[in-house]
Amino acid sequence: MTDKLMTWKRFAGIGFLVAGTIAHGGPALAEETAHDPLEGFNRGMFAVNEGLDTVLVKPVAQAYDFVVPLPAKAGVGSFFGNIADVRNVLNNALQGKLADAGNDLGRLLINSTVGIFGLFDVASELGLEKHDEDFGQTLAVWGWDDSNFLFWPILGPRTVRDTGGWVVDSYTDPTWYTLNKSVAARNSLLALRFVDVRASLLPSDKVVEEAALDKYAYVRDAYLQRRRNQIFDGRPPRLEDVLD
Amino acid sequence: MMNKLISLVFAVLLASPALAQDAPDVLVKRVTEEVLEIVRKDRDIQNGSTQKAVELVDQKVLPHFDFRHMTALAVGKDWKKASPGQQQQLTAEFKTLLVRTYSNALTSYKNQKIVYKPFKMNPGDGEVLVRTEVIQPGSKPVQIDYNLEKADTGWKVFDVVVAGISLVTNYRDQFAQEVRSGGIDGLIAAIAAKNKSLQGGSAKADGK
Repeated sequence: MTDKLMTWKRFAGIGFLVAGTIAHGGPALAEETAHDPLEGFNRGMFAVNEGLDTVLVKPVAQAYDFVVPLPAKAGVGSFFGNIADVRNVLNNALQGKLADAGNDLGRLLINSTVGIFGLFDVASELGLEKHDEDFGQTLAVWGWDDSNFLFWPILGPRTVRDTGGWVVDSYTDPTWYTLNKSVAARNSLLALRFVDVRASLLPSDKVVEEAALDKYAYVRDAYLQRRRNQIFDGRPPRLEDVLD
Repeated sequence: MMNKLISLVFAVLLASPALAQDAPDVLVKRVTEEVLEIVRKDRDIQNGSTQKAVELVDQKVLPHFDFRHMTALAVGKDWKKASPGQQQQLTAEFKTLLVRTYSNALTSYKNQKIVYKPFKMNPGDGEVLVRTEVIQPGSKPVQIDYNLEKADTGWKVFDVVVAGISLVTNYRDQFAQEVRSGGIDGLIAAIAAKNKSLQGGSAKADGK
């Protein structure tokens, strides 16, 4: 089973390299496809994902959202939030944000102990703010700030850079890694996290559905804007204003 | 009687120039709290009535928004190619679409807490950013930022940025795509068609 996982990851890695090559080798297109030279492929994957979501993922997330009481959902959210702090500590350090790394390490220690394996986010109550970082953002801070868009089934929107970042992050993610001893436990946790994340997005479904003229373009641009915001730690410079 | 009295008082307050010139952070906080106070008490909005939410937004929020500026931002470079008449039509259609989106977000409000971040501005600033955060148990806080600019009638919001995603500039590529295929009129028609389909959908849902 571990082999299967590794093969799958290698596949993702190769896909990432191939996509990167295509993305870089493609002709310089007009402005319309500025960050999306693989739009045809991406739209195809988007359609696949929408299909999967409609028949499988969303119904499961809705059932989870309906059945599980709020305190339990909050516990699940905090638990995975705590695991994500491992990645936050590492990537803050890699970006040279040592104070934030120390802060997030403090969060990790407090929430893993006093917060009972991360089920309660005690650190936030104590005023230790979270600093979301991942390897995709680290690559951006290191200079790869512009990357082309890629849409994966299941995984959802990414860029070429963020796909690579995601693969690297999965190696430092306790959910993927230290639980290798029990594949069943690991898979259950991965599935739970996946459903929890999808359930947390349920309220925005209606908004996106109604707001978008073209859902694919709306999701793509929202993802790219959001990443830009994360890379600049919530304070991105404003884009130019065109009025008058 | 009491209700009439209260709405009269509100009308007077809203009309008074002193309040219209609130500092931008005070304005954002006052309007947010006013709106949420109403949502907390309104079961129709809590049960997903977009129409009631739209009415609320129309009444409380819209006076503080500059839709012409918002539309120009969303359209981007093509804005200057549009005639004054087209600009007016674009603004009207985009306003309808945005109000609906924004109102819908209100219907999923479930007692989340709003935190107002420390606000800094220099005297003479014509453009400011007011930062807030929505806190909910078990999920990451969601950042909501408001860009405001100073107008004669007080501070006006021209962009709302949720979790780093501008509800306005997120339309740029979609709008540019429509302009490329059908010109400015094509874009107006596309937004109008979207609004119309949403209108029809909600009428059906409300009729059930």
